[in-house]
Amino acid sequence: MTLVSAKIGQSVSRIDGFAKVTGQARYAAEPHPAGMLYGFIVNSPVVRGKIEAIRDEAARAVPGVVEIMTHLNRPHTALFEKSYVDGLGVPGSPYRPLHDGEIRFNGQPVAVVFAETFEAAREAAMLVEVDYERWPHNADFEAALHQKYMPEKPRSNYVPPKSRGNAAEAYALSPVKVEGHYHLAPEHHNPMEMHATTVIVEDDGTFTVWDKTQGPQAVQAYLTSALSLSKDQVRVRNPYVGGAFGSGLRAQHNVFLAALGAKMLKRSVRVSLTRQQMFTHVFRPEAIMDIALGATLDGTLQSMIVQGVTDTSRFEHNMENLVVWGLINYKCPNATADYKVAPRDTYTSSDMRAPGAATGVNLFEMAIDEMAYACTMDPLKFRLHNYSDVDAMHDMPLTSKALKEAMVQGADRFGWHDRPMAPKSMRDGKELVGWGMATGIWDAMFSPTSARATLTADGRLRIATAASDIGTGTYTILAQTASEAFGIPIEKIDIELGDSTLPECPTEGGSWTAASAGAAVWLACQSLREKLFKTLSKNGSTSAWLTEGLSNNTIVLKDGFLQSAEASETLKLSLPEAISLTGQEMLEVEETAKPGLRGTLNQMRKARFTHSAVFCEVRVDEDLGIIRVTRLVNAVAAGRIMNPKTAASQVRGAMVMATGMALHEESLMDERVGRFMNHNFSEYHIPAHADIPDMDVLFVEENDPEVSPLGVKGVGEIGMCGTAAAIANAIFHATGHRYRNLPIIPGS
Amino acid sequence: MRHFSYSRPETFENASHIPDHARYLAGGTNLIDLMKSDVERPEHVVDLNALPMSQIEERPAGGLRIGALVTNADTAAHPLVTERYPLLASAILAGASPQIRNRATNGGNLNQRTRCHYFYDPDMACNKRSPGTGCSAKGGRNRIMAILGTSDACIATFPSDMCVALAALNATVNLIGPEGERAVALRDYHRLPEDTPWQDNVLRKGEIVTSIDLPPISFGKNHTYLKVRDRLSFAFAIVSVAVGLQVENNTIRKASIAMGGVGTKPWCVPEAETLLEGKVPSPSLFRDVAECLLQGAVTDRDNAAKLKLAPRVIIRALLQAAAGTPQSQTYKSIS
Amino acid sequence: MTDLSVASPCRLKINGKSHTADLPPCVTLLDLLRERLDLTGTKKGCDHGQCGACTVLVNGKRVKSCLILAVSIPDAEITTIEGLGSDGHLHPMQQAFIDRDAFQCGYCTPGQIMSAVALLEEGHVRTREEIREFMSGNLCRCGAYNGIIDAIEQVVSQQLQNRAGEAA
Repeated sequence: MTLVSAKIGQSVSRIDGFAKVTGQARYAAEPHPAGMLYGFIVNSPVVRGKIEAIRDEAARAVPGVVEIMTHLNRPHTALFEKSYVDGLGVPGSPYRPLHDGEIRFNGQPVAVVFAETFEAAREAAMLVEVDYERWPHNADFEAALHQKYMPEKPRSNYVPPKSRGNAAEAYALSPVKVEGHYHLAPEHHNPMEMHATTVIVEDDGTFTVWDKTQGPQAVQAYLTSALSLSKDQVRVRNPYVGGAFGSGLRAQHNVFLAALGAKMLKRSVRVSLTRQQMFTHVFRPEAIMDIALGATLDGTLQSMIVQGVTDTSRFEHNMENLVVWGLINYKCPNATADYKVAPRDTYTSSDMRAPGAATGVNLFEMAIDEMAYACTMDPLKFRLHNYSDVDAMHDMPLTSKALKEAMVQGADRFGWHDRPMAPKSMRDGKELVGWGMATGIWDAMFSPTSARATLTADGRLRIATAASDIGTGTYTILAQTASEAFGIPIEKIDIELGDSTLPECPTEGGSWTAASAGAAVWLACQSLREKLFKTLSKNGSTSAWLTEGLSNNTIVLKDGFLQSAEASETLKLSLPEAISLTGQEMLEVEETAKPGLRGTLNQMRKARFTHSAVFCEVRVDEDLGIIRVTRLVNAVAAGRIMNPKTAASQVRGAMVMATGMALHEESLMDERVGRFMNHNFSEYHIPAHADIPDMDVLFVEENDPEVSPLGVKGVGEIGMCGTAAAIANAIFHATGHRYRNLPIIPGS
Repeated sequence: MRHFSYSRPETFENASHIPDHARYLAGGTNLIDLMKSDVERPEHVVDLNALPMSQIEERPAGGLRIGALVTNADTAAHPLVTERYPLLASAILAGASPQIRNRATNGGNLNQRTRCHYFYDPDMACNKRSPGTGCSAKGGRNRIMAILGTSDACIATFPSDMCVALAALNATVNLIGPEGERAVALRDYHRLPEDTPWQDNVLRKGEIVTSIDLPPISFGKNHTYLKVRDRLSFAFAIVSVAVGLQVENNTIRKASIAMGGVGTKPWCVPEAETLLEGKVPSPSLFRDVAECLLQGAVTDRDNAAKLKLAPRVIIRALLQAAAGTPQSQTYKSIS
Repeated sequence: MTDLSVASPCRLKINGKSHTADLPPCVTLLDLLRERLDLTGTKKGCDHGQCGACTVLVNGKRVKSCLILAVSIPDAEITTIEGLGSDGHLHPMQQAFIDRDAFQCGYCTPGQIMSAVALLEEGHVRTREEIREFMSGNLCRCGAYNGIIDAIEQVVSQQLQNRAGEAA
């Protein structure tokens, strides 16, 4: 069989598939260094207060227990608070695990037991007794709203809402008005792999840290800074990440505590969180949005007033871009928005898949549906009628926006045109049937990224960048990119990711990895091919056809062979032969893809977004309130799609999570103690197989050479945006009831 | 999980004589879960799996005896059960997941403990787990808690699906213990919490469930198990109803009904069954039955929705049973 | 003083290999596989029987290995994801998972595959709805559910074709 090069845009099966379906892929808790100790975290049952005493005699008596690390005996860490700031840029005072005896949130680690076996560590952790002084607290979101504020120094990625016209006056004058109070419950990321860290103490005393993270270099920077270690003392690896959805953006306390334990004990250690403990760190903030919309009788939006609040901790000011999406996406002469955060005594909320937009777009799109009905206008027509071709908030042109095409194609695929307007007009047996739709929008981002390309003596191409594949398909799309860019079959390519020692790549997230790492790999492969040709023409060519071809630029590299574009097919040089002709053991280049001056200017002049149109069918048992999502169609405009197979999976996966957002997921805060009480998979319901219908994802053609070097926008978040609203809107169409509170659960 | 010693006795005699702080292990799907959560802290675990309790056999008088160690999956798939007691098979298939059902036993199902958040979290006060500490479910996040049979000391729901069907089938639980054998009606097996919520059932120290007897009346034709939950599979009931009817000439001769998800034990009200008997099925009759079943319901902070939902589920279940169209546990639209 | 070392004999056959050791009884089958035998293909997603990532076959039946004490299943035959293929060849279900993009992060995948393999034996594969219901004990947070159903259907239809071929 002749191997041929792959191309960007092909549906290539995941190249990491073999490792994953055979169980060979190793995740953070799975290396097993000799002499490794198991760490088990003890959590505070108190939400605010101070540790008065720790009694660990019984725990220490468990055979196999080596040490119990607390704030009293931990080794030295960095002196200054700023050394604990991680890459996410959340302003405030970062939480420092085991720093002192103060308790700031329920579930805060107060001790870590290290033992020779997992079982001993677990048992001893149950035996550690801690006395606390309890301080007053507030963990109730409603109560926290009274203290809402705008942080003085906002998060670095915060987009301040920009008003236009006079929204209040226009609202007052609008003949059609809709006003609603919307709410989203807090959610936990709950990747299937629990957060874990294995620190391998190497023979030379350096740490190789296997961590569940989306950014190995960010974790390395955090550890070296917070633990006062030098950069060459810490290498962070995450070749496989069992999902994260944002929970791996920040360095979680398990990695700090594992490294601290290794520093203290000079032994390899592993610290894994339990599923219960996964509810003691980041979560998607609870949110409210008050939305008032005004329109003329013909369905033309006149005013949009959006006020939103999300929760944060007492010590950090986590912020989301919650309120801007409607202002950006809809044409409307008068609009204003306001955003604040409300502090409560929890750990700091954080980014979860499509942060800000998952909440802000979905709740806003539920309001838009209400407005369409207030104007007695088909919701799709209403959106087309108020369509904006520009970023309406910044009055800025867009690099591309094929949302109209997405709406039209999605509606066709779904069969939207047959939809009766009136709610409660379709029925099948005891079930009411409803069709709803919504649109989605998410940023299309591109960040400077480096990649290394190495051609080895055996003719294989090695690509390396410190990106993370958290299930997104990064291994595969980078292999496709390298295959096309260099001209080598995918089977001859090795992709190295998930290692802090590799060329710089920003933390995986926000759907920017495909565009950014893809561009870096493309650049590196082109550069490597040029280097190969140059080196060969300088000191290697022995055949006339090659010498001639190299000198007149007619040599191509195709399917792993150098060939003359003009000469016959039989004149070929394999890559191992080519390398050997160069007289070198290997050829290597490293390149950085960045916007450049023109690109940066373009970024300032043009806005860039991914868009989608989601269509949903639900069936609702009228008496029992049981809701079934029976059809979902999502038409996505995301620029160039690198791999339709894995991209569609990305979109579907987010639609599943959005189904959870619409119908199931709610972390139940017991404000009396500040703890999320349903801290397990039995009572925190993520969708199961039975909840999810066949989902139809189509990609709308969108040529956008400006958005990123490869024309790629990314697809990791867009499936979240709009899907929950489409479900809620379909429930309205089925039942005639408006639910403004997500999730919509039986009996609500 | 705390350390413990382990034994696997091969005779009932040996199994019945156990030290204090011992727990019996069958499938382990609940006990090991609870031990990992530090809710159960046995010092000794007595594995019952070597005891001869793995048969399903017909009774001379026409009923069926299902062994305590038969797994839920094998029970639900057994021809004698699927043909004659489809209500039981259906309720089993409505619960947990295939992997759990492959391991969980019938005896264990009877003895499973509540899913109350506060019971499961040793940092929280709970009279069922730690007698005398109080009930933090009251006034807490209690959407899943019981509305029937509660007390000041406890509002925890009994979570089984299978036991709801067994209650509707008027099953009997056979026990063996240091003082010999005895049989207890399933409806009397589980206890109300009252002021001793830590005692879930009538088991005495050293007593073991050996089998469950199903009486000859099996409601093979007019029955249903209807379960409403927060997702469409693999979730505990918010409200569930098991109904068995004997209908002749459009008249209900005999009726049996039990509820899950709402009570501190499988919830039965004999008066509700009497109401049905001798009557022609009708929505208004079923409304009266629902009212009777839910008499005395008390709601707390988050679980009032159960009281709104329950009558609807009862009425629908009765309609399904009367029509002879039991709820499928695979296909999720509800007839 | 507490003593975890009161060990009980554990005799198992794991992927065809006999395994005998004295183990503290509190060691679960899952932790035995992952921490003591370095068979990390079986995943821990919740440790409480609520996610299905730890699904293995015990005497041919799918179970959650996190809820089984290793000492409590004497002489059992265990099949894990590592024992599913043979001689470097993928099991058809493993191949189907790759073909149908039935996973993303890969963490629930071994459990999904073991569950799916058992499901074929159980025979609850007549419709997509039936497969969904009987796979609902395996959660997937990446939301690869559609691909998983596709993969199972792919293997079901392959089996039907093979049987038809044998019959002819």
